[in-house]
Amino acid sequence: MKMTLECWMLGLFLLINSGLTSHSLGEGLQSTWRYDYTKYHPMDEIYGWMEDVERGNPELVSSAVYGHTYEGRNITLLKLGLENSEGREKKVIWVDCGIHAREWIAPAFCQWFVKQIVDTYKSNKKLEQMLQNLDIYVTPVINVDGYIFTWANDSTRLWRKSRSAPPPESSCYGVDLNRNFNANWGMVGVSFDSCANTYCGTSPGSEPEAKAVMDFVARMVKQTLCFLTIHSAGQLILLPYGHPEISAPNYNELVSVGQAAAEEMKKVHGMNYTVGTSPQILYPNSGSSRDWARLIGIPFSYTFELRDKGEFSHLLPEEQIQPACEEAYAGALSIITYVHDKAFNNGTPPNTAVTVMGFTSLFRVAMTIWSTFMAVCLTAGVLV
Amino acid sequence: MATGKLNPNHYPAQRAAKVVQHYLNTRYGSPYRVFFLHRVHSGNAEDVADSGRKYQLEISVQDLISTNTEKCSAEVLFPGGEQQRSPHVQASCEELRKIDTKAQEEALYQQYKTNPSLLAAHLPDSYGHINPEMKPFWHLGAVASSFIMLNESTENTLFNMAQVANVTQLATENDQLRFDYHILLHEMVSQDIIHWKLQVSWSPSGGVKVLQMEQLPHCHHCEKPPNTN
Repeated sequence: MKMTLECWMLGLFLLINSGLTSHSLGEGLQSTWRYDYTKYHPMDEIYGWMEDVERGNPELVSSAVYGHTYEGRNITLLKLGLENSEGREKKVIWVDCGIHAREWIAPAFCQWFVKQIVDTYKSNKKLEQMLQNLDIYVTPVINVDGYIFTWANDSTRLWRKSRSAPPPESSCYGVDLNRNFNANWGMVGVSFDSCANTYCGTSPGSEPEAKAVMDFVARMVKQTLCFLTIHSAGQLILLPYGHPEISAPNYNELVSVGQAAAEEMKKVHGMNYTVGTSPQILYPNSGSSRDWARLIGIPFSYTFELRDKGEFSHLLPEEQIQPACEEAYAGALSIITYVHDKAFNNGTPPNTAVTVMGFTSLFRVAMTIWSTFMAVCLTAGVLV
Repeated sequence: MATGKLNPNHYPAQRAAKVVQHYLNTRYGSPYRVFFLHRVHSGNAEDVADSGRKYQLEISVQDLISTNTEKCSAEVLFPGGEQQRSPHVQASCEELRKIDTKAQEEALYQQYKTNPSLLAAHLPDSYGHINPEMKPFWHLGAVASSFIMLNESTENTLFNMAQVANVTQLATENDQLRFDYHILLHEMVSQDIIHWKLQVSWSPSGGVKVLQMEQLPHCHHCEKPPNTN
């Protein structure tokens, strides 16, 4: 059957007039198509990617610079969220990657995480609903200076710390940012030697990168349901606290939610992730971002240690980026869904008596117009 | 220190089990055979009279190349005392299944015996990539590292080889291929990267031997920030 030219043109006219242009949709999809999420990217490409994702998905993504590194670079996050039709206060999920410079799979995951949400929220009702209730703040790279340093040459690849200047009488750069947070700072699992890889700095929050996170998140603490900080390696899900003698009040729930996440992760590619506190399954430590988040009252706080278990450690092959990110996404989503449903009474949808047409609704309306029109064209015998 | 029945997922059993991995690699490893700790099934720890701590473990290890897993029973003794001494390990595995690596080993041996010209660096590279022809030398580096990791292990360490920084082949001697390796080890608890230089010999019949080993100091003032504009 052939459509007449008139039918096609009329249909296109209607489609354009319904407010839908292919421009922003195409650009949004284009941003996710052009960028290769299965490769490691240097920092300038990650900054560019953040701009592209924001520009291509303005209804979902906005960005913010919330601090500067020791060397003066922007610490940037992407905020993912949809308009809440009732203008209700949204709850917050925090995800950060790249506190430790050499853990390249972590920033790769944060990028993957954003891509996955951008690509699927329009066809995933549950995700769309959660984004109406939640704002998800994603920082792809916290330790920008350290990350850039690991790209400088072959001998810098395994750098871990920030790049702050050596203290007096030392020649060693950098602080272990994940020992610098204000959470039992300096008590256990740290070094006061500035040359050590677990050097905790001169005082809690002495490092601008750690301070930036603490200042920004503290302003939203009451709305924050969940704090996820992404690292490698070891295939672990760590819950607070790093101090062997301190337990979180909701320890049992943290364990069961963590174990549910590990089970979801295993379903994807069969990989085992062990769940427990750091003193149980790794080593005691203090001053971690995870502990700080729990201490200020964020009820769910986890460190994800992604692949692998020591064969490649931090030098995880690019061929493993996709499977590692797929399983990590399943785990993160499991926790986010749990905390969302807990806060929103099992996720009963917000009042959808729509007063403002979101992009999604507009698209559906346009498609309805199009398919109705097609039906009319067909039945009216306009087709030859 | 944890004593009695151990939680197999907790770090005391995991660290002791890792020592067994290092031991098995020193005994049975080759360019085509590298073992990795797969799982700890059960563990027990006790103080030993006079000094030291003994672990009894049931574990599984996996051959990285064939991906076969084996069950092993092992005992690890960490000697006590002022001076840090190497742990003693005894292990018996189901049937350290001889997946026949003889042919591959012989081929590699012949190829490099007559023309000792191997030179490689950064295995794996920053992207985790290893050239397939270089993989046997990455494996050989992992096996050689196991001698050091075994010697250096305590209840407070967890070692993995992070990278072969470079490997140079030396002249063949006594029918053994010989190599100079510069290896980076990762120690989990301190998060340190430790540099070692090793002289390694290998042949299919002779197995892997470490002839010389030397820890290299970590050169802090070498880390001046490059021009990172």
